[in-house]
Amino acid sequence: MDEAAASQDNGSDGIIRMIDVNKWFGEFHVLKNINLNVGAGERIVICGPSGSGKSTVIRCINRLEEHQRGRIIVDGVELTNDLKHIEQIRREVGMCFQHFNLFPHLTVLDNLCLAPQYVRKVPRAEAEETAMMYLERVQIPEQADKFPGQLSGGQQQRVAIARSLCMSPKIMLFDEPTSALDPEMIKEVLDTMIELAETGMTMLVVTHEMGFAKTVANRVIFMDGGEVIEVNEPNEFFDNPQHDRTQLFLSQILAH
Amino acid sequence: MTTAWQPSPNLPPPASTVGAVGWARSNLFSTWLSSVFTVVLTLVTVYFLWQILDWGIFSADLAGNDQSACDGDGACWVFVKDRFNFFIYGFYPDAEQWRVNVMFILLAALIFPQFFENAPYKKALGWIFLTAYPVVSGVLLLGGAFGLEFVDTDKWGGLMLTLVLSYVGIVAALPIGILLALGRRSEMPVIRTICVAFIELWRGVPLISVLFMASVMLPLFLPEGTNFNKLLRALIGITMFQSAYMAEVVRGGLQAIPRGQYEAAAALGLGYWRSMWLVILPQALKLVIPGIVNTFIALFKDTTLVLIIGLFEVLGGVQSAIIDPAWQNVAAEGFFFAAFVYWIFCFGMSRYSQALERKLDTGHNR
Repeated sequence: MDEAAASQDNGSDGIIRMIDVNKWFGEFHVLKNINLNVGAGERIVICGPSGSGKSTVIRCINRLEEHQRGRIIVDGVELTNDLKHIEQIRREVGMCFQHFNLFPHLTVLDNLCLAPQYVRKVPRAEAEETAMMYLERVQIPEQADKFPGQLSGGQQQRVAIARSLCMSPKIMLFDEPTSALDPEMIKEVLDTMIELAETGMTMLVVTHEMGFAKTVANRVIFMDGGEVIEVNEPNEFFDNPQHDRTQLFLSQILAH
Repeated sequence: MTTAWQPSPNLPPPASTVGAVGWARSNLFSTWLSSVFTVVLTLVTVYFLWQILDWGIFSADLAGNDQSACDGDGACWVFVKDRFNFFIYGFYPDAEQWRVNVMFILLAALIFPQFFENAPYKKALGWIFLTAYPVVSGVLLLGGAFGLEFVDTDKWGGLMLTLVLSYVGIVAALPIGILLALGRRSEMPVIRTICVAFIELWRGVPLISVLFMASVMLPLFLPEGTNFNKLLRALIGITMFQSAYMAEVVRGGLQAIPRGQYEAAAALGLGYWRSMWLVILPQALKLVIPGIVNTFIALFKDTTLVLIIGLFEVLGGVQSAIIDPAWQNVAAEGFFFAAFVYWIFCFGMSRYSQALERKLDTGHNR
């Protein structure tokens, strides 16, 4: 039994626990009985057709979306309407978006320093030092004084990753981080994410990059119609999918 | 076999499309009809410009100090010169007018650096303008403290009154408007309802009726003998009215900010007020600078309406001066002067806003 399956079994102390989570957008039942247990340091890729609820799942983890039934416990704190708990969890959970969502009115450096300064109350000099360290790590320290609008898409996404890391999160969520990028820039972002995975970060990644899933993921989750259809370790998932729906999906995205 | 790719050289644009001659050829004389319009409009413009300059400068009278000095065809600036003191200070006592002058000088000294990109202490001066300046000016103008003689607001008038009304209106309406705009977008139903009701109430009535009600109807509801300063009532009326407009301008900016910005701020752990103050408002306000300045300019000119409740700012002062029997046929000069004063200030605000927009442009308007 490999490491991934192990963490799935002794799930009671996972860093993220979703228990029978249900969510509706108005009348539309978007998440149906989602059960997920993520161990610390685990890397999970979630895939599925558009509208399957895969983004909604990870957006529930930092309460960008509210679930209506079931329980979500992140790092020992349960997500309820209590604002204190929500902010506590958001401090520990970083997120990267499809459209980067950098703050266009601030320089790259200010984007990185903002949350540490105002949320963690880190002194400016220290925040800048940390920010420069992460910019080095995503290999664009020379862009620190530019505005996001002056950077390429790939550079912006790497800045966004660095911005999340500046809060030293325990968990990183990625919501289709390469979907809005030109093909030439996808690799630089994936390389950054692979490097991050090597540091032992807990990662939940919604993506269609199957190569990334194969190299990095401990588990791949396939969703459709708001349900988890199949969970497996990547080799099994790609070589030997158990479910018809998974086979169809894989044949479609791997066809070309 | 592969060949090495050589980029093609960058060429300059064709000579006929650049320079003054190229510009004139393509914009003024491109066709036969266009050339005719160019010539005719130039002649018309020159003619009217000459008429205005002749009236206002070449044939105008400036020497002397009463009606008899004005005998030419041109403007009678003697009138404006004679009543200048009234247009600037209203009924403010002569001996105390230095206090108003100090206020003017401080205003100019604090505002002037804001027009320049690299002016020293620019930020500090800006904060002084918003915090210490109104207190100092208030004490200075009103008196009754520090050995200054008390000057009742009944005696305030002219440009000084215009500036007091505009300053208070502008400085108070923007923050109140921002709070109302945030309130209107709040997820809390009670706050949202209150803000919507406030905005729709004040936006639905003309300013002139607000001022009229403040001066005539409000005293009826207050207990007998309560003396509620007339100027203060006008200030509150103008501020409430303009904050409702400001709220809608700011709301337009808030709505233009993509949802991702709110989400990114939230995901970083910034709470509501920090998200607004650090992330959303700086972007939203920048987007609506033209609308905000538009409201400021409208407010500046709307201060003329305080005439209805018996306060004489610049235009009110001019209007009361031109009916003075000592002067005849000076309406054009008076209104020209008033218009010029208003134009100077409004144009200044417009220029400042353009400088601000340029400065805040971070190249993400794609």
